[in-house]
Amino acid sequence: MNGWRKQVNLRFRLVLAVGLALLPLLFISAGCSETKKDVTEITFWGMGSEGEKIQKLIPEFQKRNPGIRVKVQMVPWTAAQEKLISSFAADNTPDICQLGNTWVPQFVLLEALEPLEKYISKSKVVKPEFYFKGIWNTNEVEGKIHGIPWYIDTRIIYYRKDIFAKAGYNEPPKTWDELLDLSRKIVKLQNDPNKYAIYLPTNEWAPFVIFGLQNGSDLIKNNWTYGNFSGKEFLEAFQFLIRFHKERLTPMGVSQVTNVYQAFEQEFFAMYISGPWNIPEFKRWMKDSTGEKWGTAPLPGKNGYPGASLAGGSSLVMFKNSKNKEAAWKFVEFLSEKGTQLAFFRETNNLPAVVSAWDEPYFKNDKFIRAFYEQFQNVVATPKIPEWEQIVFAKLQQYAEYAARGTMTGEEAMKAMDKEVNIILEKRRWLLSEQ
Amino acid sequence: MAPALSAIFVFFFIPVISAFVISFTDFDIYAIGNYSKFRFTGLDNYMKLFENPLFWKALKNTFFFVVVSGPLSIAVSLGAAILLNSKLVRLKGLFRLIYFMPVVTTLVAVSIVWRFIYHPEFGLLNYGLSFIGIDKIDWLGDPNWAMPSIIILSIWKNFGYNMIIFIAGLQNIPEELYEAAQIEGANGWQRFTKITLPMLAPTTIFITIITMIGYFQLFAEPYIMTQGGPLDSTLSIVLYMYQEGFRWWNMGYSSSIAFVLFVIILAGTLLQMWYQKRKEA
Repeated sequence: MNGWRKQVNLRFRLVLAVGLALLPLLFISAGCSETKKDVTEITFWGMGSEGEKIQKLIPEFQKRNPGIRVKVQMVPWTAAQEKLISSFAADNTPDICQLGNTWVPQFVLLEALEPLEKYISKSKVVKPEFYFKGIWNTNEVEGKIHGIPWYIDTRIIYYRKDIFAKAGYNEPPKTWDELLDLSRKIVKLQNDPNKYAIYLPTNEWAPFVIFGLQNGSDLIKNNWTYGNFSGKEFLEAFQFLIRFHKERLTPMGVSQVTNVYQAFEQEFFAMYISGPWNIPEFKRWMKDSTGEKWGTAPLPGKNGYPGASLAGGSSLVMFKNSKNKEAAWKFVEFLSEKGTQLAFFRETNNLPAVVSAWDEPYFKNDKFIRAFYEQFQNVVATPKIPEWEQIVFAKLQQYAEYAARGTMTGEEAMKAMDKEVNIILEKRRWLLSEQ
Repeated sequence: MAPALSAIFVFFFIPVISAFVISFTDFDIYAIGNYSKFRFTGLDNYMKLFENPLFWKALKNTFFFVVVSGPLSIAVSLGAAILLNSKLVRLKGLFRLIYFMPVVTTLVAVSIVWRFIYHPEFGLLNYGLSFIGIDKIDWLGDPNWAMPSIIILSIWKNFGYNMIIFIAGLQNIPEELYEAAQIEGANGWQRFTKITLPMLAPTTIFITIITMIGYFQLFAEPYIMTQGGPLDSTLSIVLYMYQEGFRWWNMGYSSSIAFVLFVIILAGTLLQMWYQKRKEA
């Protein structure tokens, strides 16, 4: 019995030993077959529908570069940040990736991204002057360029032309005063407790930040180490927007609007500050693609028209860990060509980042997109610190709601806000003092 | 034993111990990038936590949810179980299936339907209430009504599970007891309080503890329905912990929330077990 067991044991060990000895051969042979074909494989992570639609552009790239194979992986937007950070922690990042441009600072901080200066200086396709200045600027973190704009967006105002006309406005508002005056007129004209002038939900931080920036606020002061939301400039802008809630010019809470397009169509409100992704849906719901009943316009301003808006969009970034940086850069260049940018626009409706693409007649003639072109001339980046997302999503939206519902005055809300922002930024101050 | 133990060690003890250690540091996104960028901060996280009004609000909301929703949901489960166990009911299998359906339906699908039900203008619930003369309620938008809305939803969603356990418990009660009681002239209510409830006590204790632990970890309902709003009235402890940890990457702070919750749940469980023992003695 014992002898038998020993024998089995021995045989098992032998098999195991031989197996283990042969294992490396497997890898070597796999490695050989790859080098034989001489194909470099690069991985690209695309978010949401972009990850799907980009597939259609790849055959063209591979035709031109037979030596490079692009593997695309789709990542849903909602899980993208978590997935990227955990892939970074596991040393498993892709070669290139699409990154919302407000996320760039976080990944720069993780030291995950490759600075791109040396590629840009040699490139004929990617040059700073080919892009809108405000957008290009969002990719510059700590003095270095870490991303190339891929497609861009900004916030403008969607408005109901027919309601504006009834209120005596043949043009969209150009100043803050006009915006307020028009809103009051619309509410008076509609004379219906279920109809409002503008939709300014407190769970969308963008308008609050935009109006603050227009009023000259730096949002976060002293090299982005202390909150400046209770400062005069931001507070004034904040109070201005809260006034729309106080005067019932905008619906309270967010649950009344389950579908913004339907609400816009039913005159629940006549204005909405939002981005280009909404154009197709508004066209569909308004059953009007020519712009008889509705339109888009650049934002009103405090000092001059158009007023500043946010520099948004997605950038292409290259990871430091990539082993095929030259091939990855080729793909970035391919995606930045005018032709590819236009093809991508036709697939996804994402606005091209390259300015020359906007010379196409399509963009000149499209009534809804033209407003974006004007707005892109005046777009500003938000503070480039990793804490920014938490500050606006968690804190600004929370205190905007408190102020809108009247549990706090605007001034109290912004003072409390700064207190919390300063706690969040404590780590950043410590790190800067260590340097 | 050894494989099982090592699996528990690797996947349970190591993470729990490291989370405990992390709760005394300021481990965050800076530290993920570079391990030298974190500090041991002692009890700072816990101090910050206890000073933060949002934490107390989340704690209050969670307790409110447990205290109101727990007993209600157990009562509904018990009621449904007794009805389904009655000899008078036909198509038992069908009803059991119907009542159990919400438990196995994904919450994301459920919440989309319930958002429509709760809609202030076009919702089914307000439409129904309008017949008995009750004015429109902004269920998810009014800070006073948002938590009750979540409670209604979660009771509806979860009672089927406890109901099945109760049915099993009811079927274990010997029929002779009821027959004997009937001969002695006990009415229905007396039979319920003197036979059904005492005989169900072990089942009830089990369900109470499981339900309490589950309800303290309230997360998915507010996460999907309200994101904690309006005015943070549906922010639960676990939702707060999730936001701090996985949305804003404040792992240290988030771990300290986890351990506070752990202590609370442990205390609640011990209290119930002590109470039960005292009753038995």
